[in-house]
Amino acid sequence: MKLEAKSLDIGYRDRRVGSDISLALETGEVLCLLGPNGSGKTTLFRTLLGLLPAQGGHVAMDGADLSSRARDEVARLVSYVPQAHAAFFPFTVQEVVLMGRTAHLGMFSSPSRHDREVAGAVLERMRLAPLADSIYTRISGGERQLTLIARALAQEARIVVMDEPTANLDFGNQVRVLEHIQTLARSGIGILLSTHDPDQAFLCANRVAMLHGGRLARLGAPDEVITAESLKQIYGVDVTITRVAMEGGRERRVCIPRGAL
Amino acid sequence: MSRVAWAVTGALGALFVLVFIAFSVGRYPVAAGDLLTLLWAKLTGGSHGLDSAAETVVWKIRGPRVVAAVLIGAALAAAGAAYQNMFRNPLVSPDILGVSAGAAVGAVLGIFLSLNVIMIQSLAFAFGLGAVALVYVVSNAVRGHDPLLVLVLAGVVVGSLLGACVALMKYLADPYNQLPAITFWLLGSLASASPDDVWSTLPLLLIGLLPMWLLRWRINLLSLDDEEARALGVQTGRIRVIVIAAATLMTSAAVAISGVIGWIGLVIPHFARMLVGPDFSRLLPTSIFLGAGFLLAVDTLARTVARIEIPLGVLTAFVGTPLFLWQLATARRGWQ
Repeated sequence: MKLEAKSLDIGYRDRRVGSDISLALETGEVLCLLGPNGSGKTTLFRTLLGLLPAQGGHVAMDGADLSSRARDEVARLVSYVPQAHAAFFPFTVQEVVLMGRTAHLGMFSSPSRHDREVAGAVLERMRLAPLADSIYTRISGGERQLTLIARALAQEARIVVMDEPTANLDFGNQVRVLEHIQTLARSGIGILLSTHDPDQAFLCANRVAMLHGGRLARLGAPDEVITAESLKQIYGVDVTITRVAMEGGRERRVCIPRGAL
Repeated sequence: MSRVAWAVTGALGALFVLVFIAFSVGRYPVAAGDLLTLLWAKLTGGSHGLDSAAETVVWKIRGPRVVAAVLIGAALAAAGAAYQNMFRNPLVSPDILGVSAGAAVGAVLGIFLSLNVIMIQSLAFAFGLGAVALVYVVSNAVRGHDPLLVLVLAGVVVGSLLGACVALMKYLADPYNQLPAITFWLLGSLASASPDDVWSTLPLLLIGLLPMWLLRWRINLLSLDDEEARALGVQTGRIRVIVIAAATLMTSAAVAISGVIGWIGLVIPHFARMLVGPDFSRLLPTSIFLGAGFLLAVDTLARTVARIEIPLGVLTAFVGTPLFLWQLATARRGWQ
């Protein structure tokens, strides 16, 4: 399956945030979106998910326009992982994950035994089963983020959009989330995520898109897109990109800021 | 049985016990055995061999009042639970949102114009819906502040405007007939609850309850961020309107026969959430049983503790305020 933005203009009726954005995401791949604060990453995600109407161009799934589809139909195709937040009421982790099943339920139905089994399997897969009965509002930020990813998986959409899934997480949880992202991509899910850390794009992305001033500045393989030049252009800082040898003869690229530091 | 099942069964059991007590106590006490005899006679159509005064007291005087207390307590608690989810806020209630005040204006207008019960209920519903719509629009229009603060302030402001409308009608009302009726009614009372009141209110409550129960799973998702809920496949706008209309209908129907009885819609759902958690399929029945039991207990106290009737609104405030303050001080960790 393939989620596509075709010359998409994003924003609001009275305020255009970005224009002429074209990109595509296939299942099984990780596309990482980089861009400074205010570059329109979240607005782009909201438009791709159909939460905001496109101001021009369109969003398509396998060539068919998404905007004409009902909310639950879209939700079965594309799921969304917001930034881990404080919930308003003390639902359990299992209940939060079950909410991901809503798009598969009739208007007046509650989750069935099958839905509970799906949620249980997802909890196992995300290694959250021991937390199933914990209160979502009382677990750590990292556990909340994993719970929200589990909820998106319970939704059983083939494309998952994640808004800064590693924001506000400690180092260990960041790595854990990135590992999960890679595993999910290998299992055939397409993942679009935004991040503020170019190193994370090197770690987990197949392709990288750079958003700058509301336009898609670059799109391509991480090694081609993330360069000292492009980072200078979008973030305005000087960066050295070095290669680090890893065990097994592999190499990894890392960004190191220069200048006053 | 799980803890939740115990809590729900316990709330229902307590309600039954309270109904039994409410039927037997009062100025003319009826012994438990006599109550059962009367009930048996009623069910089988046979004779009971008891004083006919007992029969009158139980079926004609206490019956409507007990049923009204159960229905109104249940309605206010159910509406409160729905509003709290809808506005993502455990401190919201029909009182704070101005629904009660709006319904009160409608009902007082009905009394002022000497209309019948059904017209009074319709006016209460129209004004209650208008009030909650106004509060919602105002709190959505004001941006850049804490949304909870704006919502509560909007409710207070709209409520005081509606209070002024009530004051105006009291000022204009006939001081010998209408004014005492309005004043007594505003304090909240079930003393004059009649079988007609019960029969005209019951269908409205069921009409309000039906969408709440059918949409119970989706109501859970309305407590999430709006975009998040939509991304999960919920048409939030449509469901929100349906549930707010249903909760407002229940509140208005209740207010139209009992007057303004505060605190139940705020305290009871909160208490129920502490017992069974926030899942609406458990929260709704628990709130209903607890709300019905609470109002029945308060109403039974109102007619038995003193030589005169104590207004219900006054008693629920005396009981509700300390409960609410206690919740405010202790429960925040439960939901944030």
